[in-house]
Amino acid sequence: MSETVLNMRNLRVTYPKLSSKVDVVRNCSLQVGQGEILGLVGESGSGKSMTAMSCLGLVPKPGRISGEIEVGGQQIVGRSESQLSEFRGGLSAMIFQNPMTALNPFLNISDQMADAIVSSRPLSRSEAMSESLAALHAVYIPNAEACLAKYPHQLSGGQLQRVMIAMAIACKPRLLIADEPTTALDVTIQAQVLLLIRELASEMKLAVLFITHDLSVVASICDRVAVMYAGEIIESGPVADVFKAPAHPYTRKLFSTVPTLGSKNKQLEYIPGQVPDMSNLPAGCAFQSRCDVAMDQCRDSAPNLSASGPGHLAACHLVASHEDMN
Amino acid sequence: MDTMLSATNLVKNFETSAGVVKAVNDVSFDLQSRHTLALVGESGCGKSTIASAILRLTDIDAGVVKFGGDNVALMNMNHLQEYRRNVSIVFQNPYSSLNPKMRIREIVGEPLRVCYGLKGKELVDRVEKHLLEVGIRAEHINRFPHQFSGGQRQRIAIARALALEPKILILDEPTAALDVSVQAQILNLFQDLKQRLGLSYLFISHNLATVEYIADRVMVMYLGKIVEQGPVKAIFENPAHPYTRALLDSVPSLDPANRHQLKALHGELPDPTNLPDGCAFYSRCNRAQDRCKTSSPDLLTMGRDHAAACFYPITLEIDT
Repeated sequence: MSETVLNMRNLRVTYPKLSSKVDVVRNCSLQVGQGEILGLVGESGSGKSMTAMSCLGLVPKPGRISGEIEVGGQQIVGRSESQLSEFRGGLSAMIFQNPMTALNPFLNISDQMADAIVSSRPLSRSEAMSESLAALHAVYIPNAEACLAKYPHQLSGGQLQRVMIAMAIACKPRLLIADEPTTALDVTIQAQVLLLIRELASEMKLAVLFITHDLSVVASICDRVAVMYAGEIIESGPVADVFKAPAHPYTRKLFSTVPTLGSKNKQLEYIPGQVPDMSNLPAGCAFQSRCDVAMDQCRDSAPNLSASGPGHLAACHLVASHEDMN
Repeated sequence: MDTMLSATNLVKNFETSAGVVKAVNDVSFDLQSRHTLALVGESGCGKSTIASAILRLTDIDAGVVKFGGDNVALMNMNHLQEYRRNVSIVFQNPYSSLNPKMRIREIVGEPLRVCYGLKGKELVDRVEKHLLEVGIRAEHINRFPHQFSGGQRQRIAIARALALEPKILILDEPTAALDVSVQAQILNLFQDLKQRLGLSYLFISHNLATVEYIADRVMVMYLGKIVEQGPVKAIFENPAHPYTRALLDSVPSLDPANRHQLKALHGELPDPTNLPDGCAFYSRCNRAQDRCKTSSPDLLTMGRDHAAACFYPITLEIDT
């Protein structure tokens, strides 16, 4: 495998409550290599954005993180704000879900891009301008010179998302975190942005952590996938393996809920019940109440991740018992 | 087959400081009884303007919307209120379409109170009945919207739309704000309600997979015009218009082995205030020829019930 850029081990994100604490991310471990795209999938509230924010030291207060996060060999956890701001941009950069709100409406594109570049690379403002131009060309913005002088409201959603990607890559990061970057876009623009991210990852040897709730987006661009449920990674592995033979009952359910082109007569299933309350998790497996193959064992003890194939892990007692038999 | 609602040559222009935007440009369609007609296209193509034109929330500049033979534009306020009992709408975002200060008994009960003057036990019974139809338990009737999840809120919005027992529901991107696992529940609920209550839907969406799942007929819009329309199966299997083909090619497949099939549509949209004389899709089309630059194609029949506005449509390749 290529060099590991992001190495996260046993990440825990904790929020204090009045009399107790809530772990919104629990025991989360993942690795992303150079040039690799890892898809992080889950429903709203599963902890996927918190996991991503942790990599930049951006967990909102009063959240606390523990565990280890190394980006390009640098430890993120426990760093001061000023040390973290040196890592942001140059080491890891982020693109956000809604490009209409992530850019500053009062500044033109060239000022915003130059600010980001100057703060993370030792360049003058005029050097930053030519870097901005090169980055806009790299993301296929037509008429890039004219684009630099424009304000966000003068660009379309797809153009804004490409500007945001240009801004991120102009800082020459090693890790790119993309938090649902195509959810706010039309399907045609989504295809453009997905193909662009795939191209940039392989050409610039970027490690990409791609957060989405759309499994078909994962199928189209990711190399590996990790599925989160109630703050934990419950399955991970190569996309081809996980999509062919999902091992965790939650992942299997998730696939059966997605309408796909050319499957008109497929009856869509849904997952009954609700995601459990994170401040009051049941003993045992967090998915037990919605799982149709839950056993007594699932109510007593929480399953650990065990192998269901090469590089393919799932946190389910059924997978673990199957492994024991082999 | 009965036509519930018909729209003929609808035109809606918006004046902006940059010029006039032809948001809806000569659009005609019929919605048949107990059918689901889907309207698909990118942001800004005029889908939602059509929805508000049908409900007369926006006044149209030309054209006619008819419901049961009556011209909606000529209805007086009483008649219009009766019309809106028959044609209801569910909006995209259940986080903003429900008043956070109202309990759900008030949210679902309001149309019943206003239109029929229901109150007391009669009102509560009706509200409970409609909540039950969408799978919300009656004991939650005194809760506020923030006490529900996104999927439950959308169910409440649907219950409100059903309260006046409409014949037609306009669904404006009803699952776009929801998680996939919840989206499936809501889509199944629509299918179920259509069967049980004999509803007709105008389903507005940019998600082609949900359209294929739920709709009988589909209209594809591009910059205010319908570029292709017909039965869902015919259009999804054999799209004739290059824009429809491009839309289908931009949908990511759930099978990682098909990832190379994902294609992006290149080129930029023309300025909506200054549309070209010829085909509006000319700048992005890979089949365009000189003729497309100068003249704009009308909808031409491609097959049974299937029409496309293209001079050089994609035709079935016949094996030789």
